[in-house]
Amino acid sequence: MARAVSVRRRTIATAAAWLIGFLIFFPILWTIITSFKTELEAFSTPPKFLFFEWTTENYGIVQERSNYLRFVSNSLILSIGSTLVALLFAIPAAWAMAFAPAKRTKDLLMWMLSTKMMPPVGALIPVYLIFRDMGLLDSRGGLIAVLFLMNLPIIVWMLYTYFKEIPGEILEAARMDGASLWKELVYVLAPMAVPGIASTLLLNVILAWNEAFWTLNLTTSAAAPLTAFIASYSSPEGLFWAKLSAASTMAIAPILVLGWFAQKQLVRGLTFGAVK
Amino acid sequence: MGTIVLKDVQKRFGDVTIIPNANLAIENGEFVVFVGPSGCGKSTLLRLIAGLEDVSAGEIIIDGSNAAQLPPAKRGLSMVFQSYALYPHMSVRNNIAFGLKMAGQPKAEIDAKVAKAAQVLNLADYLDRKPRQLSGGQRQRVAIGRAIVRQPKAFLFDEPLSNLDAALRVNMRIEIMQLHKSLGATMIYVTHDQVEAMTMADRIVVLNKGNIEQVGSPLELYNRPDSLFVAGFIGSPKMNFLTGEAATKHQAHTIGVRPEHIALSDRAGEWEGTIALAEHLGADTFLHIDAGRHGRLTVRAAGEYHLGPGSKIWLTPEKGRIHRFDDKGRAIR
Ligand SMILES: Nc1ncnc2c1ncn2[C@@H]1O[C@H](COP(=O)(O)OP(=O)(O)O)[C@@H](O)[C@H]1O
Ligand SMILES: [Mg+2]
Repeated sequence: MARAVSVRRRTIATAAAWLIGFLIFFPILWTIITSFKTELEAFSTPPKFLFFEWTTENYGIVQERSNYLRFVSNSLILSIGSTLVALLFAIPAAWAMAFAPAKRTKDLLMWMLSTKMMPPVGALIPVYLIFRDMGLLDSRGGLIAVLFLMNLPIIVWMLYTYFKEIPGEILEAARMDGASLWKELVYVLAPMAVPGIASTLLLNVILAWNEAFWTLNLTTSAAAPLTAFIASYSSPEGLFWAKLSAASTMAIAPILVLGWFAQKQLVRGLTFGAVK
Repeated sequence: MGTIVLKDVQKRFGDVTIIPNANLAIENGEFVVFVGPSGCGKSTLLRLIAGLEDVSAGEIIIDGSNAAQLPPAKRGLSMVFQSYALYPHMSVRNNIAFGLKMAGQPKAEIDAKVAKAAQVLNLADYLDRKPRQLSGGQRQRVAIGRAIVRQPKAFLFDEPLSNLDAALRVNMRIEIMQLHKSLGATMIYVTHDQVEAMTMADRIVVLNKGNIEQVGSPLELYNRPDSLFVAGFIGSPKMNFLTGEAATKHQAHTIGVRPEHIALSDRAGEWEGTIALAEHLGADTFLHIDAGRHGRLTVRAAGEYHLGPGSKIWLTPEKGRIHRFDDKGRAIR
């Protein structure tokens, strides 16, 4: 009897999980479907789900009108660049906090996180003015700096929690074995923290890829990433749902593929402490 | 060479003093055991010697020169940790070779040294395995291998056997003692287990709340403990302590008699009691005896004792085996 109940429960749980998954995925699915409609069908009521004239004309038009590859390369440079720069600072910082904590380390971590609680728009004017005066507007370097600083607290936090899991005695053993601080980091800490570092890297590439506030406000064309590419199709001149959807699909495709292949790594990284 | 001298070594963590003032001289080739209850500062003292903690004051003199300010790598010491602390991502071979690589030794030399250490420690078949594929005892041997290839001035062990099961512990104890004989190197060994201390040490350092209570050979500590603390800590089962009239008779505040130094009789003796409990170990019987105002006393009887719980019994301490202590717990001699 107990078994029957547990089977029913499991069926319900599975169905619920699929339902929730579908609900979360639906907007993306809808965007992809809409991208294959004509503009007219895109906002027909009632909405057409599968039975319409499938067309790829939107992709052709979007390709023609804007230089997709330039946006992609900007997105790649910004997201990967800012994440790598952040790791360069965050690994030593997290090492220090995890293995040589001082009295106020916890406070420092909280303070770092608290900077994420302010809405970014609060800093827009000063940042914009600084960028203008330093000639950084619409430059990749400037944007990498902003994205790097914006994600740094989260990267430090994530790495800190991973590093906390590593027994300090192993690093001490390396020190007894004559490893310098640098060698201890490179040959012992980093290899042991690879899963944690990898998932931090992935998550932050995704965060930076999707970041729209700063990329939209601080770029016009030269450094504009895919977020700007999408935004350029949601113009006030008229409703071009199908083209906007095609642009969005093209913008999320690379990160979706990356996310798909990195799924395991991401989940493992995010549950690092929980399942050891 | 491997002489280590501690001179007025102090250690504080913030406002908390862990080691108030330690003085100790360890000679080349000695096997010294730091023993004491958990939390008394054994590991801290060892880590100060290793350089993993900074001294708050004092000198640590290794082979004649003060090393208190040197980083661990520069002190020429090896350490074996309680958790083994192997590098989990490296093979056994690379674990053992890591220190040599850090020292920049040529590859051929490293290979030869690793092979030799593996030979000595019976690890030759496991060199390409990862630590997680080894048993506890094998991991411990890898940790020891990592320590010996560097040919350090001295070895530091921090409770290296406490994660092993009892049978393996005895084997490893013997292996470490043999290693000490064959290498002739100075070893400092930390344990909370007085049996390990008694069986392994040339000299035992008894620590109590960060203070060195007494330093001496196992038998010196057993026969002539300087304080109540040492008397109670060394020896198993624990020494019996009596106060009041029984002690006053010997002009002491407290007297102590070991369980093996009390004679039993079913007719007459100095103290009268009733057997409460008998522990049969085969070779010995430990009798726990309620001795009225003297409290509960433990007596070791050879072989199987013929009386059991509930029986009346008389106890007599052996002459010359009574330890006397004053009201501060110091031995009266
Ligand atoms: N890094 C540290 N910070 C603060 N207190 C510590 C630190 N390391 C050890 N202690 C304290 O020092 C005391 C002695 O610890 P330890 O040397 O590990 O004892 P033992 O090895 O004898 O069990 C303990 O009370 C412990 O809490
Ligand atoms: Mg300890």
